[in-house]
Amino acid sequence: MDILKLIVLSFITICAAMAANFGQDLAYIIHALIIMAVSFFLFIREVQRFGDAKPAVETGYQDSVVRAGVIATTFWGVVGFLVGVFIAFQLAFPALNFDLPFTTFGRVRPLHTSAVIFAFGGNALIATSFYIVQRTSAARLWGGNLCWFVFWGYQLFIVLAATGYLLGATQSKEYAEPEWYVDIWLTLVWVAYLAVFMGTIFKRKEPHIYVANWFFLSFIVTIAMLHLVNNLAMPVSIFGSKSVQLFSGVQDALTQWWYGHNAVGFFLTAGFLGMMYYFVPKQANRPVFSYKLSIIHFWSLIFLYIWAGPHHLHYTALPDWAQTLGMTFSIMLWMPSWGGMINGLMTLSGAWDKLRTDPILRMMVLSLAFYGMSTFEGPMMSIKVVNSLSHYTEWTIGHVHSGALGWNGMITFGALYYLTPRLWGRDRLYSMSMVNWHFWLATIGIVFYAASLWVAGIMEGLMWREVDPQGFLVNSFADTVAAKFPMYIVRGTGGLLYLAGAIIMCVNLWLTATGAGERKSSAAVAVPAE
Amino acid sequence: MSKKIKMSDEDYPTTGHDWDGIREYDKPMPRWWLYTFYLTIIFAFGYMIAYPAIPLLKGATPGLLKFSSRGEVQQHIDTVNAQNAEIEAKLLATPLESISADVDLARFATAGGGAVFLTYCAQCHGAGAQGAKGYPNLQDDDWLWGGDLEAIATTVRHGIRNDTDEDTRYSEMPKFGEILESEEITQVAEYVLQISGQDHDGSLATSGKAVFEENCAACHGETALGDREQGAPNLADALWLYGSDRDTITQTITNSRFGVMPAWQTRITDAQIKQVTFYVHQLGGGE
Repeated sequence: MDILKLIVLSFITICAAMAANFGQDLAYIIHALIIMAVSFFLFIREVQRFGDAKPAVETGYQDSVVRAGVIATTFWGVVGFLVGVFIAFQLAFPALNFDLPFTTFGRVRPLHTSAVIFAFGGNALIATSFYIVQRTSAARLWGGNLCWFVFWGYQLFIVLAATGYLLGATQSKEYAEPEWYVDIWLTLVWVAYLAVFMGTIFKRKEPHIYVANWFFLSFIVTIAMLHLVNNLAMPVSIFGSKSVQLFSGVQDALTQWWYGHNAVGFFLTAGFLGMMYYFVPKQANRPVFSYKLSIIHFWSLIFLYIWAGPHHLHYTALPDWAQTLGMTFSIMLWMPSWGGMINGLMTLSGAWDKLRTDPILRMMVLSLAFYGMSTFEGPMMSIKVVNSLSHYTEWTIGHVHSGALGWNGMITFGALYYLTPRLWGRDRLYSMSMVNWHFWLATIGIVFYAASLWVAGIMEGLMWREVDPQGFLVNSFADTVAAKFPMYIVRGTGGLLYLAGAIIMCVNLWLTATGAGERKSSAAVAVPAE
Repeated sequence: MSKKIKMSDEDYPTTGHDWDGIREYDKPMPRWWLYTFYLTIIFAFGYMIAYPAIPLLKGATPGLLKFSSRGEVQQHIDTVNAQNAEIEAKLLATPLESISADVDLARFATAGGGAVFLTYCAQCHGAGAQGAKGYPNLQDDDWLWGGDLEAIATTVRHGIRNDTDEDTRYSEMPKFGEILESEEITQVAEYVLQISGQDHDGSLATSGKAVFEENCAACHGETALGDREQGAPNLADALWLYGSDRDTITQTITNSRFGVMPAWQTRITDAQIKQVTFYVHQLGGGE
């Protein structure tokens, strides 16, 4: 077995070296070198360990990979928010593009979206799903070290994707920008993730599968399907990063938005509802509000979501019948989405007083409130008359961010605050007042962000359609860009506040994990002795 | 009168499951939630009956309202066209020079020309027609190819140095880097600085005058006032398309310039050409 590992690693190293040698573009060459360095490092490590006695099989929960996931989530979160603030100010001050290809908005924007969705959100989902599936199945993660392959493989995917964007390798599909070899790698990692998760569920000691795990499983399976179909492409050369899409024209557009919308639906909604269904009842210490509601809203959500994608293509070459279905399914999706919010919020009934004393719970409740708001706003924006005003404007960006910053961000922060003391064996967080600060900075940041882009978006939409009595356009596109400038500043400021909150969280989590809180509290205990 | 006693939370049964301390109440779904869900489903099916919805082998069900996106756009366009048909016919029948005499026609041409300009021209010439480096300012009276109505209309119609249009305005400045010695280029650049009233080296400019007369005067004129027949710019004024500093002038002489513009006659209607011509002419620099 060890010999086989060494052979495979040396084979990968040599292939990567050859690929670097024959590589036709910079992104491909650098990626080949990264892969070569990684596999060579693993090869050396295996050689050093060769013949060592096998460590005893560990029992109990596999929490070290969750700890790594918590660190990665926090790290990528701050990176992603920082890049987001940077590109927000690029829109206000184009000089920040620095006239370099690597720092232009077009390359840095996918870096931001991928960093926050896939690096921050993805690591949060993998870490929390590993934590939750073990607890709710009363079983250790299946597959031994396979979970570590998932973790490190996913980080490699992030690095390859991010460096690729900056070097100009992209297949120009929103949220699916990485080129073909990165897609193949992610497929391998994702299959391993599915195996670890399913394997753990199969060997569970509980008679039933907890609702959080339904959501996680639907997220993992659907993302695999979306990823495979939307990335069907033929590489131009095995030694180059460029590939050509299988579909073209409106078929490609529809496939892309079937993917794009369900990335929101299954990555950012279903997966995060899985997190919510564990951490909210745990933190509130209350039973889940309604089992029946969780069944109905789960099945209706995953059945309806998959059809809603065409609402991204209203008033385009997409046939009218597909636009109709995209809109109607989005409207029917409203209540199934709200089912999760109700189940989360009503879990607190009888425990509302805890909101006054527990900023972590407050964070989770706020995230549910933003979840409810953006899942109402979404169906509303999918209505064709509303969409004719909102489409292509900043309103869409504001909508996405009230969901992403409010729902995904806040529930993840809540989960990180919940997990860190437990994973590092501390009694509590280093500082609750820092959590409070984080809560308010993030909340005010989101309000700035969403409100300014509502104003900017509606103004922009109205300016685009403004015609004089004879039917002639009144504004040029550049006029609308100029008019948005003040709103861009407010939006960037909102992002800055949100980033500041996240940095405070980093410090707090660091001090908690390293045990600074314990020393502080033990010193405090000594004083009030009677 | 039977009043339903509200059960307190503790009395509610749970499903009996317990995962890591999490239990689930066996409560019903909130009624308002369920009924709103039903309502959205009813609305969705109603909408699907009214609008195109179900794909068939060929096309799709048209829906009771017979709606189509393309039809809707066409309807908007037709409405506006019908409303403007009369005045547009009048515009087409009126020679360019006479438009300004008719107040209504002038207003129509200015508004329509402004819309054409913002849609097609603003990308290069700027939303306010103020121009940019390499793209002429259309508000001033410095015209490369002529600033009267007919000249502007010809430029819009056929474009500049456009190889898809036989009647395009065409001229080509040689790359003097391939013709002159580098010191001659330095000299003539100093001469151009001198005639345009900028800081220059006097002795170099004197030698440059001879170079200018031999190489540049044929197009730009003996006095460097330019030639509109060839689109040769006036070099003796303070208005510059690419820049008036020493480096830019040297670069222009060495590598030449080749500004291009699309021929709009294949893309916009005759009425639109007339409108945008009138609009540009009335910006301030028209002759």
